[in-house]
Order: sequence, then structure tokens, then C-alpha cells
Amino acid sequence: MAKRIGKHTFLTENKPSFIGYGSVVGKKEHLGPMGKEFDLYSDDMRFGEKTYEKAESKLQETALKVALKKAKLTSNDIDMVFAGDLLNQCIGSTFGLKNYNIPYVGVYGACSTMGLSLALASMLVDSGAIEIAAAVTSSHFCSAERQYRFPLEYGSQRTPTSQWTVTAGGASIIKKADNLPYINAVTIGKIKDLGVKDANNMGAAMAPAAYSTIKSFLLDTNTAPDDYDLIFTGDLGKTGSEIMYELFLRDGIDIRFHHSDCGLMMFNKEKQDVHSGGSGCGCSAAILNSYIMNRFRDNTFKNILFVPTGALLSPTSTLQSESIPSIAHLINIKI
Amino acid sequence: MISKEEYKQLVKKHSGSSPKPKDFIISFISGGIICIIGQAIYNALLSLDIKEDYVRSAVPSILIFLAALLTGIGVYDKIAKHCGAGTLIPITGFSNAVTSSAIEFKNEGFILGVGDNIFKIAGPVILYGTSASIIYGFIYYIVKTIGG
Repeated sequence: MAKRIGKHTFLTENKPSFIGYGSVVGKKEHLGPMGKEFDLYSDDMRFGEKTYEKAESKLQETALKVALKKAKLTSNDIDMVFAGDLLNQCIGSTFGLKNYNIPYVGVYGACSTMGLSLALASMLVDSGAIEIAAAVTSSHFCSAERQYRFPLEYGSQRTPTSQWTVTAGGASIIKKADNLPYINAVTIGKIKDLGVKDANNMGAAMAPAAYSTIKSFLLDTNTAPDDYDLIFTGDLGKTGSEIMYELFLRDGIDIRFHHSDCGLMMFNKEKQDVHSGGSGCGCSAAILNSYIMNRFRDNTFKNILFVPTGALLSPTSTLQSESIPSIAHLINIKI
Repeated sequence: MISKEEYKQLVKKHSGSSPKPKDFIISFISGGIICIIGQAIYNALLSLDIKEDYVRSAVPSILIFLAALLTGIGVYDKIAKHCGAGTLIPITGFSNAVTSSAIEFKNEGFILGVGDNIFKIAGPVILYGTSASIIYGFIYYIVKTIGG
């Protein structure tokens, strides 16, 4: 049963492990620096579906299929699936997972969804309440663009701080096991809002959330950044990462050399013209379920922090000139 | 924890701003090119012995058509990414706003999808553009009546 340490952190006791993982991406992501790490990709932005929303569902469906295959399981073996996405009412998840017939828990953490779903999955598996859980999430450039910005063919310019929504789906299968990467600890983040209103500067909105959650975890566990191989934030991008460094530097902590951002890893920022970097639930989910897991497999990583960040805004709150509340959840993965 | 005011300064320090002089020059040139194209069409139609009145309505229609076509084949947004206001301000930008919305909402059906959303971006321009011209017309009428 997960044990609470410090103020916000839960330590697992029974090694809830990644027994399967899968990632599916779009063409642009495949052409990026991480391209070779992903399981599957498609040149067709619609993934053979009629709409971009259905395409996003396909991402989740396929990512879970790949993860199940790697874990040598069928959907009947899964006791519960935790999933979410950015679309209204999380239709990316519900339509993508409806045919699996697995008890479903829909979660919403914006781009931090992979962290939230893994936190819930690992704690329930650790407690013994369920044996095998799945955590799935996705984002799709076109469906996000339609919901949050302009029509795809509309001619507009992006600001330097804007980020590019990643087209990707990621799935993890969690079960107690030995000798596999496992979730050692979980910190559920608090909602942070320092008044950033620019929806084209989500890195700046989310940086305080990442800072707060990582800081809580380090305090709770009495550890320092250099105790970890790397700290991966979800999608702070260039702007958000730099702001987070400065927030830590004010406390005398330098995390620059222990930090990577999935949004910055996903694309070649200049060549692929993504301004501040990638974003979206699928961004951190795909990097976790490919690159990070692969590096655990080849023994490069032994102990990392995975901290996806989410901007909890909606098109309505943006139109009403509200600021952007943000959140970050932390998953400590060890082998 | 840092105060909101302090954080604002920190965000400002790290958030780069758009290259304004470059954007201004590119939009000036690209907007100018669209006007030259319009003028060229105007001259060409006149040289075909078409009445000037007809030519005046034909030129914007042709520009609107060309912008809609470029939007439909997925080129307009790629040009606009570099040209900014240069492609936004002329009538071609208006055409792009309407066409892109129409394409976008096709999947939601022709009535509640396209019908409901076709003026999603252009709507404010239509509403306030029309309102402004009514007010202008009204003032013009009064001034003219008083001035004789």
C-alpha cells in the first residue's frame, strides 16, 4: 500500500512496474529527433479516419494495442484503464477505448494527464485493489488547433512563445513486477496560477506548477536534483524551462544540467518551426513510452523524475480574459 | 513563493517578442504585391474593353476567388505565416478567413457545421464593418444636409 511521506508524496511498496508500453505518433514527430524511438507512425494526419477527433481516438486505441502486445496481454487482462485527453468531454479517450471493454476512469489533467493517470494506476496497483492497470493519453495537432485556436487553413502568425501541439498517443501497462522500471513515488501537484493570461505562452503559465511539484518532492524525499539521472518536464518548452530554472535558482538550486523537457526533445525547434517547442498530452506520454522506457531497458537510466505539466485553461476562460491555472504531477521511476 | 508582479517581470524577461521591424517590412511588401496584382488584373480587364463599372466589381471578386483557391489547396496559410498583416488586411485575408472556416467545419455538417461557423472569424469584421459604414453614412448625410 502506498505510504505517504512528507507533505504531498506517496511512496509505493510493491514495485508497480511498466510491463508494457506503446507510442504512436504523426509524421512531423516521426521526422523529429525522437523519430526512431516510437513504435508506430503515420504519414496520414487522419490516421485513416474521417475526422481529426476520430484520428486522435485512433492514437489511443493503437497505443494501447501496442502496449498490450509488448506485455503479452489481452484487454481482458486489464482491470482498469485511466485515460484522458484535451478534447471537450475527453472524447479522444472514450471513443478510442470504448471497444476494449475495460472498466474506464476518465481523467483530465490537460497536458499532465499521463502523470495523473499513472499516479492513480500505480497507487491502485500498489495497494492490491487491482492487479493490472493501463494509463493512456493522446493529443492531436489538428483537433487541438480546431478547439483552441483557428481553423487549420487560416493564415495567422504564431508568437515566439507559442508551442506546437504534438500528434501522439502513449500507453503504459502497470503491474507489480521485478527487474522492470517501476513507479517508486508519486507527487500529486497543486494548482498554481501566477496570473499569466497569454494562451500563447503556456510554458510561462506552467513553470510555477512544475517548480512547485518538483520542490515538494525534493523536500518530501530529502533528495537533490543530482540524485536523479534526469528530471523530465512535460511541455514547458524553451520559455517555460528557462523560467523554471530561474525559480529554482532563487532557492539556490541549479537544475539546468539535470533537466530535459519532452516538448523540447520532440522536435528540432528551428528546423521544424515549432517556436517554443512541442506541447500536448501526447508529447510527454509518447516520450515516456518510447525514449525514456527504452533508456531504462538499455540501462542508461536508473532513477528519473517524470513531471508532465498541464495548463488548465479552456477556450471560454481565455475569451473571458482569465489567467491560466496550471498543474504538474510527478512520477519517480526507478529500476 | 514569488509574487505575481515579480513573476510578470520574470516572464517578460524570458518571453521573446515578435521581430516587429522585420514583420512590418514583410507585410508592407507582401500587402503591396497583392495590390499590384489587383491593379494588374484591373488594367488587363480594362484593356479587354470591359466597362469600368464591371471591372471595379470584377477585381475584388477575382482576388477573393484566388485567395479561396489558395486556401482550399492548403497554400494560403503557408504564405500568411511569413506575410502576417500583408495577407491579412487585403480582401484576400477576408476570403481566407471565410474559406478556412467553411473547410474546417465540413465534418460537423452543412447546416450546423459550415452554416453556423463559416463567419466564425470573419463575423466580427462583417458586424462592425457594416455598423461602422452605417454610422459613417449617417454622419455624411447630416453633414451634407446642413452644408447644403
